Amino acid sequence: MSHPSEAKKFVKNENRVNWHDQSLWHVREKRDKAVNLFPEWEQLREKASQIKSHSLSNLDYYLEEFEKNATANGIKVHWASDAIEHNEIVFNIFREHGVRRIVKSKSMLTEECHLNPFLEKHGVEVIDSDLGERIVQLAKETPSHIVMPAIHKKKIEIDELFQKHLHTRPSNGDENYLTAAAREHLRQKFMKADAALTGVNFGIAETGEFVVCTNEGNADMGVHLTPLHIASMGIEKIIPRYEDLGVFIRLLARSATGQHVTTYTSQFRKPREGAELHIILVDNGRTVQLGREKYRRSLHCIRCGACMNTCPVYRRSGGHSYQSVVPGPIGSILSPGIDMKKHASLPFASSLCGSCSDVCPVKIDIHKQLYSWRQDITREANEEPAKKFSMRFAGWLFTHPNLYKKAGKFGRKALKILPRWMIYNSLNAWGKQREIPEPPKQSFQEWYQQNRQKNG
Amino acid sequence: MANSGYERYSTKTMELFVNNFSEYDYVVAPSGSCVYHIRKHYDILKQTPEVQKIREKTLDICEFLVNHATTDALKSSFPYKVGLHQSCHGQRGLRFAKSSEVVGEPFSIVSQLLEKVEGIELIDLQRADECCGFGGTFAVAEEAVSVKMGKDRIQDHILNGAQVITGTDMSCLMHMEGIIRRRKLPLRIMHISEILNHTEQHEPSV
Ligand code: SF4
Repeated sequence: MSHPSEAKKFVKNENRVNWHDQSLWHVREKRDKAVNLFPEWEQLREKASQIKSHSLSNLDYYLEEFEKNATANGIKVHWASDAIEHNEIVFNIFREHGVRRIVKSKSMLTEECHLNPFLEKHGVEVIDSDLGERIVQLAKETPSHIVMPAIHKKKIEIDELFQKHLHTRPSNGDENYLTAAAREHLRQKFMKADAALTGVNFGIAETGEFVVCTNEGNADMGVHLTPLHIASMGIEKIIPRYEDLGVFIRLLARSATGQHVTTYTSQFRKPREGAELHIILVDNGRTVQLGREKYRRSLHCIRCGACMNTCPVYRRSGGHSYQSVVPGPIGSILSPGIDMKKHASLPFASSLCGSCSDVCPVKIDIHKQLYSWRQDITREANEEPAKKFSMRFAGWLFTHPNLYKKAGKFGRKALKILPRWMIYNSLNAWGKQREIPEPPKQSFQEWYQQNRQKNG
Repeated sequence: MANSGYERYSTKTMELFVNNFSEYDYVVAPSGSCVYHIRKHYDILKQTPEVQKIREKTLDICEFLVNHATTDALKSSFPYKVGLHQSCHGQRGLRFAKSSEVVGEPFSIVSQLLEKVEGIELIDLQRADECCGFGGTFAVAEEAVSVKMGKDRIQDHILNGAQVITGTDMSCLMHMEGIIRRRKLPLRIMHISEILNHTEQHEPSV
């Protein structure tokens, strides 16, 4: 499966594409409004980018500082080199505590580790408690966006989903009714949960605490109601000092949704009395990516989702077409780093317009890294021989000027005399929905020789 | 070739370009994306003085006119409603204009030129600098998305009353023109140099 074939399926339903495009563009517009109220926006981006570069080049130091300080605070720190280890650590803690039901909030990392199916296999009930996540969970789908996981679903579809699973009455997609129903349903799950799992937006080395930003407050609800909180954190989420936090908090929400700050910015420094607090520091391919100099900066990402909202390709192809945990422009850099063969088409799923790089709050040069991936992928992955050949051929033709001129002349003639079906057929992807340019009577060079050189 | 991941097959072409053009003071191109390629991607060649000079002196026609020519002498007139397609490689790649994502004072050397044309009415767009979906081999490899992007881009111009879409980049214009002609849409595509070259003596071409 490749991005073009998945995207093609999505594009077929034009009304749906328009609706998807509009919804995301609306978020992009809210973002624009919010950042333009902020004259020092560009300086802030620069600052954030520098902090990230600094922490990534001293990652070992800051992670150990974090471990030391967190442990001193009473947090139990674990290290996981990959997804399997992460899942086992989680499950072992659960086993020790006899945990059977958990509520989860705000974690793309557990999605990346495929934690849900793993736990379910071991008899643990997992409830995603953020509304969007819960919706895709009920639909047995994966999130299609990292900030708005159910952005691909229309209200009426959610209505049907709730009727089936939560036994609501048909409400024609009434937002208030559906949210109230979801809240009621989740309340019951919260009351019965034995443990809470959350992601981490920022881990602060200096103080050994971590920060979780949410809009619905479900992370806090789960954490406060249960005696056991496990947080999963990608190792790149570390920032050095407490005062750095302000920089990122200001960038995150504005870039994500155009809010000034997220509704809840919760800082966890030590366990509640009588409760346990664990944090798992997860590598899962991050140090490998760190070692690839060209792609190192992709680890700056704070997962705001702005590059998805702005990407003209994402808006028209939908998050699922990327078939990776993180879709969109940044996902197209991260995913080939994990499995290049599987995700070989993703770096090509971009017109390289550069909007992603300009919108990114931590200044990742996304489109340049996509360009680099293209060079690496054609070299290392098995490419269709036809494409390889035509590229080689073009390279050869362009360096033989006389032949090139003849080919041009031949082409111009051919386009004029060939019957339409020989030019517009299934082999010509350009011509499926577009005309090819009318062939000029002569090349620019021929025109120039006739009209200018003799006068000049 | 390079954008499709075959940069390595294009070094010979790059070298030929350098040989052909290195004796000129400026190389002026009607396409921001070509200029972008030369300026940014010729970094894989050995940086001889000729290569460095080519990378510096290859300019898009708008850059050339604004920075190196007296544009007051243009004397062009074009009394039509015109929508400007800011091509991504020029806009975000070469910074011909402030992109809508970035915070700061707006500017655009392309509109600056067009505003000198007599009688022209530049229309506003809902999305000032959205990509048209060309993107080199992207237009073929991701045909479905590419065409949808092109259709949307054209629609924005139509809804805002454009009679003509103009721009600096041949390739984006070719892509949009292909869609316009196939769908027989009521507007024309003209390269910016055609508008700047347009005077009342000319037959009106719209
Ligand atoms: S790459 Fe940048 S814009 Fe995209 S999600 Fe990450 S931080 Fe946000």
